[in-house]
Amino acid sequence: MRARTLPQSQLRSSRGTATTRRKAVVLTAVVSLGMGLLAGCADDGGDESGSSSGGGEGKTVITLGLFGTQGFKEAGLYAEYEKLNPDIKIQENVVERNENYYPALVNHLTTNSGLQDIQAVEVGNIAEVVETQASKLMDLSKVEGVKASGWLDWKWKQATTKDGQTVGLGTDVGPMAICYRKDLFEKAGLPTDREEVGKLWAGSWDKLVEVGEDYKAKAPKDTTFLDSPGGLINAILSGESEKFYDASGKVIYKTNPAVKNAFDLTAKAAKDGLTGNQTQFQPAWDTTIANSKFAAISCPPWMLGYIKGKSQPDAAGKWDVAAAPKPGNWGGTFLAVPKSGKNSEEAAKLAAWLTAPEQQAKLFAKQGSFPSAPAAYDLPQVTDAKNDMTGDSPIGTIFAEAAKEIPAQVIGPKDQIVQQGLTDNGVILVTQGKSPAEAWKNAVKTIDNNLEK
Amino acid sequence: MATRHDTAAPPVKGGAAPGRPPVDAAAAEAAKKRARLSRRWQRDIRWSPYAFVSPFFLLFLAFGLFPLIYTGWASLHTVELTAPTDMEWVGLRNYTRIFDDEFFWNAARNTLTIGIISTVPQLLMAMGLAHILNYKLRGSTFYRVVMLAPYATSIAAASLVFVLLFGRDYGMINWALDLVGIDAIDWQNDKWYSQIAVSSIIIWRWTGYNALIYLAAMQAIPQDLYESAALDGASRWQQFIHVTLPSLRPTILFTVVVSTIGASQVFGEPLLFDANKGASGGSQHQFQTLGLYLYEQGWVNQHLGRASAIAWAMFLILIVIGIVNSVISRRLRASS
Repeated sequence: MRARTLPQSQLRSSRGTATTRRKAVVLTAVVSLGMGLLAGCADDGGDESGSSSGGGEGKTVITLGLFGTQGFKEAGLYAEYEKLNPDIKIQENVVERNENYYPALVNHLTTNSGLQDIQAVEVGNIAEVVETQASKLMDLSKVEGVKASGWLDWKWKQATTKDGQTVGLGTDVGPMAICYRKDLFEKAGLPTDREEVGKLWAGSWDKLVEVGEDYKAKAPKDTTFLDSPGGLINAILSGESEKFYDASGKVIYKTNPAVKNAFDLTAKAAKDGLTGNQTQFQPAWDTTIANSKFAAISCPPWMLGYIKGKSQPDAAGKWDVAAAPKPGNWGGTFLAVPKSGKNSEEAAKLAAWLTAPEQQAKLFAKQGSFPSAPAAYDLPQVTDAKNDMTGDSPIGTIFAEAAKEIPAQVIGPKDQIVQQGLTDNGVILVTQGKSPAEAWKNAVKTIDNNLEK
Repeated sequence: MATRHDTAAPPVKGGAAPGRPPVDAAAAEAAKKRARLSRRWQRDIRWSPYAFVSPFFLLFLAFGLFPLIYTGWASLHTVELTAPTDMEWVGLRNYTRIFDDEFFWNAARNTLTIGIISTVPQLLMAMGLAHILNYKLRGSTFYRVVMLAPYATSIAAASLVFVLLFGRDYGMINWALDLVGIDAIDWQNDKWYSQIAVSSIIIWRWTGYNALIYLAAMQAIPQDLYESAALDGASRWQQFIHVTLPSLRPTILFTVVVSTIGASQVFGEPLLFDANKGASGGSQHQFQTLGLYLYEQGWVNQHLGRASAIAWAMFLILIVIGIVNSVISRRLRASS
């Protein structure tokens, strides 16, 4: 100790104050850096709305927090709105996957910080947001020009609380149809005309599975009728008015006959080898699209885009779209406006504009997100819509028909957990040699553990 | 400490000369100033080390200790991620239910087996590689860099590549097995195969790192030990057993401890090994580790209270492992 401090202190005695001052400066710098680091963590995102005056040269900056590919920007809607409203500047902040986006959104809502002016909410989460976060969100039904009748009835209700506060405006919906391969159907001796195909199974999913048996009898080698058990059970459940929760908010998935029937029918189809043994959206499943390993798939409009992305070029035009046995909905998004935002009034106006029929139709033309505003169904972007995979089929009209028939479904806060348990911890096991009863048991065990607080 | 006072305030040579009153006042003034400065230096010497180490401790307080305590507090409540301020006191219920939570014990078993499957071959291979690299080789720097490359790769990138390699229907490994006549293996859904697959990602990432640590320790072994062993007629293998291994004992202990801690926290590899199924670690939880189960409860199912209790249970398990480790190492040291 002595040997070290001695020369230093002698040095200091000659130019003492300067060194101490410098030291003090360094110390302050270290401390303030440290504090800055802490403070920086405390208010992430906060400065984004704070930059509204600086970044936009006096304009009001409205920020959107989105997930996935909503496509507002790609469809040129921001540019158009900025042109109509010269003092508005729009910025978006996109997280790729909803699994990463939603927990952060919940965190930001509960702590009231880091929120964007507009936040997107996926349909799988909307019930939870309506139930637990409504007090943090604006009632958008009060915004000028917004009317409940502008949206599909069930879509509007999904984002409305029991006492009538609408926390989110619907953007797109996912009316379900069955996309099928005309060439494979023909080889298996099934009709290929979309009207006739639709008639084969109209009204009942059991009939669809029976068609699957017919297909299997004469199926081209190495192909299955459907892509995956998860896709089938998802499709069946999407058309039920009650699935996992009853209207009072009680979890009823275990006792609801509709759920058990859907599970059993899917398990039977999987056991008989009518479905592929894949989990949807995994790389191996993508490969079955590319290699044309299945003949039909339950498909909302956005699925056509997905199929197109994963297919070989020679699959173009080989698909067609028939009505599903029963209409159902798969997917869709809402735009919500947090009350705490600095520009919440302007943000609400923007949310209303983005979800107006004209804009939804433009979005559909560009992005394939199907409008939730019925008025858009008569606009040319929808009526004239075509897809490379389905050739000349009037997909806009087919999906619009389905959308109008979708029943209002009771959705609960933990729908996603139950659904995932039934598919990924349930029916998929049947393709791996487990009995349907074992699969159901495994699913129930997992779901119950996941639901328990 | 006692020496500090005089070293911090050295007498100034050629100071105030006595006898001249006006200067005397100035000298007194100067002495006072010196005294003040010296006090400041004392304080400086005494406190500035604390200031220099404070950034770490401030950060530790904010990101280490506070979360630890808060987690402990939260674990005594039912708390949901949707309303983290809404806490309902439940006492030790979150802990007691761990005892009959079969998913927790399943995850604990998986953590243990994946830990063994990944750590043991990894350290053995690392030892072998280090031994080879310890010979005079052409381009040894190149090999060392290559060995460390997996460690520098992100877990996410590595896991995604391994998922493709281990694919059941279109994976490269099954394709190779098929060439030699072995049936396709369901790497993701079979319990043991999936654990081996996950372990292989860990082994791939960490073997080189451990090999370099062993190599560094091997190079510190004095050459004369080997020479005298050779003179005594010891073969290469005998040299390795009787000279290298005993000299490496502290290093081996270090890598075992670090690998054990790492193995008990395995998270990224199993999470990404089946990315679409969220954090359930396979359809039957066949490769769900404790870290993954904690994440699933907290962030997927949003039960913060339960997740906090799991975190503390993991912490306690780690402490037990640490104690066992230190007891064993003390025994080893005593016996040598």
